[in-house]
Amino acid sequence: MQPDWPAEIHRELTAAGVTIVGSVPDAGHKRLIELCQADKRMRAVPLTTEEEGIGLVSGAWLGGQKSVLLMQSSGVGNLVNVLGMIKVCRFPLVMIITMRGEQGEFNPWQVPMGENTARVLDTMSVAVRQAGDAQTVAGHVHAALGLAYKTNGALAVLIAQRVIGIKSFQDQRNQ
Amino acid sequence: MTLHRRDVVSQLLKGRGRLLVVAGLGSTAWDITAAGDHDLNFPMWGAMGQAAMMGLGLAIAQPKRRVVVITGDGEMLMGIGSLATIGVQQPANLTVVAIDNERYGETGMQRTHTAHGVDLTSVAAACKFKHAITATKDVAAVRKLVYKTPGPNFATIKVADDKLPLVLPPKDGVVLRARFRRALLGESADVLPEER
Repeated sequence: MQPDWPAEIHRELTAAGVTIVGSVPDAGHKRLIELCQADKRMRAVPLTTEEEGIGLVSGAWLGGQKSVLLMQSSGVGNLVNVLGMIKVCRFPLVMIITMRGEQGEFNPWQVPMGENTARVLDTMSVAVRQAGDAQTVAGHVHAALGLAYKTNGALAVLIAQRVIGIKSFQDQRNQ
Repeated sequence: MTLHRRDVVSQLLKGRGRLLVVAGLGSTAWDITAAGDHDLNFPMWGAMGQAAMMGLGLAIAQPKRRVVVITGDGEMLMGIGSLATIGVQQPANLTVVAIDNERYGETGMQRTHTAHGVDLTSVAAACKFKHAITATKDVAAVRKLVYKTPGPNFATIKVADDKLPLVLPPKDGVVLRARFRRALLGESADVLPEER
């Protein structure tokens, strides 16, 4: 049976003391966003674009609070210039990214960014951890939070599309 | 009487006390530095469009401190969606001030959208900022928003398109980040509490 990976991520976030969760909605993150919204220890911050998340986490860390960003792979394309601030200032950064444009994709417009998500992150000095199956998701998130906040690191955990299991427009709407 | 940006920013920051200050890249970063460099200034040198969001993150993380974002009209326009995000969060301790000269001052004084009548104050009001004002004569009302009035607050201050000498803050992002956190958080700035 597949582990309940959104609940496991939520547990990792609370254990690490994350208090601010910025997100742009994604069908794959629906449950985790709901868990964070329902958690009184966390401030859920819906964003109009992923770029805003970089300002948010940087300001939160200036103020002494830990945060994470949730988004889908297409949103990584919106981050490129502002990731420069993360590198120059060495702000800790953890992004949990659900992948599109992989196995089971049905929308061709998702493919170009999905195919280049890891490369774009790597180019902008964000370390990439690939969670290819549900069993590995929580471990990668745990490790990313530790590295980010103990070493001023920037990390992204990519959750494979086959973990999310969306294979049609109807699946996406039914999440 | 036309307002001038360096006067305006220095009047806003006079006697700043415990105020936390974020400035958008370019002229407003030079303005806050001309008013007196300070450990609790975070002048941005890039990430255009993110000043207001950095202010939001800081305001959420430090709910007992007043936070002001001082940025330009061009920088605000690039991050205009962040006004909607701030409107949803309703941080009572945050004021965003747009120093509006209707120009991109660092790139040749090209006209911004505000030169064509786009009104940032109206946008902020429509995004549920509690108070949104435009100042053209003095900054007394803006000071009240920054230091006292529960927010989120927004002010446009219309200023002349002066070309001024550069007054540059430290440029190294790690220095800016570390000095701000040490000044604000003390010992816990460099080593996490759980690592002690």
